[in-house]
Amino acid sequence: MNIRNYISIDFPSCSANEAFARAAAAAFASQLDPTMEELGDIRTAVSEAVTNCIVHAYPRELGRIRMRLRILDEDTLDIAVRDWGVGMENVQKAMEPLYTTGGEERSGMGFTIMQSFTDSLHVRSQPGKGTTVSMRRRIFRRNRIG
Amino acid sequence: MSISFTYLSGRLTVYLSGELDHHAARETMQKITELLDEYLPRRCVLDLSGLRFMDSSGVALIVRLSRRMRELGGTLCVENPVGQARRVLSCAGVDKLVHFATIGG
Repeated sequence: MNIRNYISIDFPSCSANEAFARAAAAAFASQLDPTMEELGDIRTAVSEAVTNCIVHAYPRELGRIRMRLRILDEDTLDIAVRDWGVGMENVQKAMEPLYTTGGEERSGMGFTIMQSFTDSLHVRSQPGKGTTVSMRRRIFRRNRIG
Repeated sequence: MSISFTYLSGRLTVYLSGELDHHAARETMQKITELLDEYLPRRCVLDLSGLRFMDSSGVALIVRLSRRMRELGGTLCVENPVGQARRVLSCAGVDKLVHFATIGG
């Protein structure tokens, strides 16, 4: 696995940063020359992951979120969104469609959407320690130079 | 995120434009709920043609609005979702729950 480029950004879990995080991810991904549809998929997946941190990881206070983006090999965007918040006892349960602890303001479809808009999704979580969501999305080569 | 609306003989059409995420959803839901309470429409149409982005927060908003319209004895219809918003809605299965329409498309 060849890491061609990477960034890491730390930001507080205020909801205004949802738009910032997906715009930053789209800007970084643009070097892979994605289609509008691929960019939309990346923005969606990042928005879901960051919103989870804001709503679930730090429900009562602002905490730190770290988004790390890497270009792997020639064509793969690797996204990791990490928090140091409350964590989850049961990751599998949290990933079930329609399951949510967030009340009626949440749809319970966040992980389903992340799964469907990326090629792979891994979630690691420890109660009291935090959660890392890792996603990969291959961007198909078109007429890229360099 | 901005909202505008028209009301004509029992039909309230709400136009959403911009980006509907968790940050925008609460205020958007509140504004639409106020409109529903004021006009008590038989039919509420959510026009998404101006939406550049939507995530699962928008899905939750549509499900809640649909429930609210049923409580009022009316129906909710989602019109003109485009691109990314359309794919999020169909991934979440909202098209099985709420009537979708594309006008002039």
